[in-house]
Amino acid sequence: MAVSPAHADEHLAHGESPLHEQYEDIDQQNESYIVGMWTFLVTEVMFFGALFVTYALYRSKYQQDFYVSHLETSTFWGGLNTVVLLCSSFTMAIAVRASMLKNRTTVIAGLVPTLAGAVTFLCVKYIEYTEKFTHHHYPGPGFIPPSGASRGGSQIFFSMYFGMTGLHGIHILIGIIAIGILIWLWYKKRPIVTEDYVPTEMVGLYWHFVDLVWVFLFPLYYLIPK
Amino acid sequence: MSTITATGAPAAPPEEKNYLNVSTTFKSWIFTHDHKRIGVMYLVAIAIFFAVGSVMAGLIRAELTSPTGNFLESETYNKVFTAHGIIMIFFVLLAAVPGILGNFVLPLMIGARDVAFPRLNLLSFYFFIGGGTMAIIAVLAGGVDTGWTFYVPYASLYSNSQVGLAVTGAFLAGFSSIFTAVNFIVTVHKMRAPGMTWFRLPLFVWAAYATSLIVVLGTPVVAITLLMMLAERTLHIGFFSPELGGDPVLFQHLFWFYSHPAVYIMILPSFGVQSELLAAFSRKRIFGYHFVAFSSLAIAVLGFLVWGHHMFVSSQSMYQGVVFSLITFLIAVPTAVKIFNWTATIYKGTVRLQAPMIYAISFMGLFIIGGLTGLYLSTMSTDIHLTNTYFVVAHFHYVMVGGALTGVLGGLHYWWPKMFGRMYPDRLAQITAIIIFLGFNVTFFPQFIVGWLGMPRRYHYYYLEPEFQAYNIMSTMGASILGIGLLITIGYLIWSLKWGLKATANPWGAHGLEWTIPSPPGPHNFPTTPIVTDDVYDYEALDAAGLSGGVVTAAQGVH
Repeated sequence: MAVSPAHADEHLAHGESPLHEQYEDIDQQNESYIVGMWTFLVTEVMFFGALFVTYALYRSKYQQDFYVSHLETSTFWGGLNTVVLLCSSFTMAIAVRASMLKNRTTVIAGLVPTLAGAVTFLCVKYIEYTEKFTHHHYPGPGFIPPSGASRGGSQIFFSMYFGMTGLHGIHILIGIIAIGILIWLWYKKRPIVTEDYVPTEMVGLYWHFVDLVWVFLFPLYYLIPK
Repeated sequence: MSTITATGAPAAPPEEKNYLNVSTTFKSWIFTHDHKRIGVMYLVAIAIFFAVGSVMAGLIRAELTSPTGNFLESETYNKVFTAHGIIMIFFVLLAAVPGILGNFVLPLMIGARDVAFPRLNLLSFYFFIGGGTMAIIAVLAGGVDTGWTFYVPYASLYSNSQVGLAVTGAFLAGFSSIFTAVNFIVTVHKMRAPGMTWFRLPLFVWAAYATSLIVVLGTPVVAITLLMMLAERTLHIGFFSPELGGDPVLFQHLFWFYSHPAVYIMILPSFGVQSELLAAFSRKRIFGYHFVAFSSLAIAVLGFLVWGHHMFVSSQSMYQGVVFSLITFLIAVPTAVKIFNWTATIYKGTVRLQAPMIYAISFMGLFIIGGLTGLYLSTMSTDIHLTNTYFVVAHFHYVMVGGALTGVLGGLHYWWPKMFGRMYPDRLAQITAIIIFLGFNVTFFPQFIVGWLGMPRRYHYYYLEPEFQAYNIMSTMGASILGIGLLITIGYLIWSLKWGLKATANPWGAHGLEWTIPSPPGPHNFPTTPIVTDDVYDYEALDAAGLSGGVVTAAQGVH
């Protein structure tokens, strides 16, 4: 964190400095990035928040249908994905800490399992979605409600399920791209990441946020009490 | 302004390049990271969208001069007022002050070299252009007939028009404003020059900051809501339509959770402009600076708690309505705090009635009418009579055009010399400001009356009540005057770019960092980072230092 202005100027001379011209020094830039990232995460919370509110209202309206429909989700696959994401958050935390210590090997050793976890998550999601499709549990004209559930209520359950896990899946996909680029930058020893821990930290914050969303999605869709 | 620089007074060479002529290729504009150039590009884009929206407004007014409708079919009329609403709200009002004036002057006001994230700023502009283009294509490819609110289930399951394109356009515009808001929040927090404390910030910056908070908290909600609606329309994944098990009133709740605060996204920046204008042209510190600053934040917070007043006649519970009604009354308090403080600022000030000040005063009059008529609509019993009448139309036009747009025009006239280094003909601008004020009132005041008498909005004929015709003809005449006023404005502003007198660094003798640098500013704003040592709006010190030079007019500009 404590990079002196003189130190930053030295990098300016090299052409590929992590410091952008609108900032006075690297501290100002780092703080700006962190504030910007947290502000972005606030927008993400509101983005998902509207969906959680919608979920809450429909669940209270269709309590029974939601219970019956949720039996179609697989606690095993969902639980596996929860474990995978929590582990990937841990390895991400290791990578962020290592980037502060400028320990390149540990950073890459932390990021690669994180990436693997993200990919595993999407593969499991693919298995789960396929199962729903074969049982005609996707909303639309071909929808067949699970036995014991009303059409309207269970269709809303699966709309919300696909909507929320789908949006979360898109976030995982963006995370895969971001982590992939980050690994490449570290591998190539680009100063933008090796001289400044903040880009790594920002990807880390994003990844923890995406994991946190799943921590709420898992009980809401897989563990509904009777 | 008594700023001192870190390395002593810079000796500015007389013909230093400014941000406009530092490079002139097309590429240097479309890939620019300069907040000033992005502001200018927003100006051009918004002027074009405004022209399109105004043509739609003209069609509406022309149609309504006859009780049986003149030349539009019902379906076409629906598409015309929808296009007017979508374009004016999403592509003019929401972006006008932050996009044009915010981008241009906010970094200058706090002594920064640029916004915190210049590339994100450019991306925001292209999202805006992309969204606007999609909306225009939607209009050209057959139009949208849902009204700008896109209520389900009509918009999601039944409307056979270009809803998908228009909604995607609105979605992109939403993300554009989120990017700008993130940028402004970080810029205000982290990019202020040394000595520029929070309570030395010009009130425009406070207003832009409060607006950004609303955008960051509200826009994502409408974005996801529109996305859910689109999914329902294109993929038949039900969220809101009762046919698919959903609840259409939930859509209205989510929509207005954003779209009521969006009203403050449109008006708050103009409040900020208003504070700048009144201080500069009364040559006084804003009365109750802290109150004006915090009232912006209070409006931002309260704005999130009143959305239900758009839904008094939906199926929401009456008790819910009562609570929303009460909180809506509450929002009059911070608004009135601003109005009273502005009035007190003018009191015993050295008032100069130059064009921006005329806009500022006209803002006060129009906004007070718009605000007070809002109380009729927040009272449930009167609202049930007035819902969906022209009274509502007149009310929100007084707030949105009389308030927000007047603020845009006032701010544009105030900072025009700074933006382009040229003076417009001030006397002509003063007369035009009065023409616009009169034309606006003639347009919309009759609509209060005709709405009170019961004329519903969104109908293009009223042959059962031919007595409404006189009011409608008056309204259309007013719209013509308003249109002429706006055309004259566009005319002399463009004229001034080539033939206007050259502006000095500080043609109004105003206080603020943006007036300490040349007009137009250099590409990097400040030669060295300024250090702020004096209070905000410290006109007494400015006058004592002889920096105001008494009444500064266009005549003192140099060729």
